[in-house]
Amino acid sequence: MSLASLDLPAPRDGLLRRLSDMLVRRARLLTLLLLLPPLLWLGLVYLGSLFVFLGQSVFSIDEFSGTIVREPTTATLLELFRPANLDILLRTIGISAAVTVLCAIIAFPIAYYAARYAGPRVKAAFYLAVMMPLWSSYLVKVYGWKLLLAKEGAIGWFAGKLGLAGALEAWLALPLVGGPSLSVSYTGMVLTFTYLWLPFMILPVQAALERVPPHLIEAAGDLGAAPGLVFRTVILPLAMPGVVAGAIFTFSLTLGDYIVPQIIGTSALVLGQAVYTLQGTAGNIPLAAAFSLVPILVMAVFLTLAKRTGAFDAL
Amino acid sequence: MTRAPLSLKIAAIGGLAFLHIPLLFILLYCFTTEEKSYAFPPPGFTLKWFGVVWGRADIWAAVGLSLKVASIATVLALILGTLAAGALARARFFGREPISLLFVLPIALPGIVTGIALRQAFGLMEIPFSVWTIVLGHATFCIVVVYNNAVARLRRLSPSLIEASMDLGADAFQTFRLVVLPNIGTALLAGGMLAFALSFDEVIVTTFTAGQQSTLPIWMLSELIRPRQRPVTNVVAVLVILVTFLPILAAYYLTRHGEAVAGAGK
Repeated sequence: MSLASLDLPAPRDGLLRRLSDMLVRRARLLTLLLLLPPLLWLGLVYLGSLFVFLGQSVFSIDEFSGTIVREPTTATLLELFRPANLDILLRTIGISAAVTVLCAIIAFPIAYYAARYAGPRVKAAFYLAVMMPLWSSYLVKVYGWKLLLAKEGAIGWFAGKLGLAGALEAWLALPLVGGPSLSVSYTGMVLTFTYLWLPFMILPVQAALERVPPHLIEAAGDLGAAPGLVFRTVILPLAMPGVVAGAIFTFSLTLGDYIVPQIIGTSALVLGQAVYTLQGTAGNIPLAAAFSLVPILVMAVFLTLAKRTGAFDAL
Repeated sequence: MTRAPLSLKIAAIGGLAFLHIPLLFILLYCFTTEEKSYAFPPPGFTLKWFGVVWGRADIWAAVGLSLKVASIATVLALILGTLAAGALARARFFGREPISLLFVLPIALPGIVTGIALRQAFGLMEIPFSVWTIVLGHATFCIVVVYNNAVARLRRLSPSLIEASMDLGADAFQTFRLVVLPNIGTALLAGGMLAFALSFDEVIVTTFTAGQQSTLPIWMLSELIRPRQRPVTNVVAVLVILVTFLPILAAYYLTRHGEAVAGAGK
């Protein structure tokens, strides 16, 4: 077929065409023009306000007038290490770690089953069963746990019916994890967080498990390893990047949350609540900014370590 | 394929049950006659709370505001997210990695940091709180959802299609309209729906960028902290599940053949 036989309309002419030609010839200009609006928003407005807020952590607050003293000082940052504040930080990091471990334990069998044993239909069903709670309203999920954990609520009732009321009492009598009822204890808070972030753990673990090459497992079996040994020495190490990727989510989401501890948990503050009260009623923006730096720093360290395990390929 | 050990099956099904049982309890408590406590089992069942919700003006005002905010934020996110995806899908240039990190930052950072930072910025620029400040906050973290979906689809779109279109005489705008847009349409639709669901549900950033108005999540939060008629909150919660679930299901079916793991990182 010769070119002449193609009956094409003549290219349109005019300003639009010239503009188009210029953009096609200069790909970089096109990229720049495309990037400009989102960059103006996120780079200028968003990043700018982040820097303005976090930058105030080098200022301090005048004890008497309550106004911000705009002179660089390390006093506010050092205030984080006062026992009361250090307590808040350690408590929050402890809760985040507990939630992450619990998520990993509950998520692994689900991911493992879906990745290794489920057929296509069951796999699709599993995926939807994980996605639906993930995208359900955050507050609705917190509310669901409030219902379950309340003193007169369902968990207490079922414990009574199953003859476990004594065990529940004994658990609540324990020093750190207990409390007057489940909904005002660390147990309740950790359970709620675990529930909220569990899907974020399941998805990357499943993705990592699906990428374990089947012939590696067969080879290990052929070489005489029992199923338990194959799991420990082949499957588990290869699944770890997925667990780390999930941990990035579960850890950081717990670290910054301030709504759940307001509704479920003890009266002792966690990091998010501390930031909230400091910027609000206390009006101490510099200290709020200093507190906000902590999750960002913790996550930066976490992400650097995670990058070495190859967790980003599992996302 | 070998059969799964029974213990694994039980653990997997137990885990999934853990994910769904609390949602069932919310549904159950919609019908309880007890309005002061969360007593289980409910002493009696009634349908009256649905009627009460129907008559409550504050709820419908909150629903209206949430729908409005989510719609505007979704449109903004669609425009900005598609532009960003178009720029970053194939181009290689200095500073590309930091820029793509920047787009993910609003959902990577704790919501409270984003919220306070924006609140302070509005204060500095003397912008009064309004629907628009809520929209600005929401669009900031909705962009990434659209961006993720669009960029995944654009990478799978063969560049030869675009070249062929231009060889046949179409200019860049015609190519975008006739070739690129139909190909990324479902990805954009899916991204838009997820952005809508995300905005409709957002509470943390909203507490900082809203003035006196309350969106539906803000209304729910105040009900959780100071409950009045508890079953009313349940009915609203079930409505919220329905409103967010349908777009998510649709987004799943639109992208299931692609690599766009739409939900990654809420």
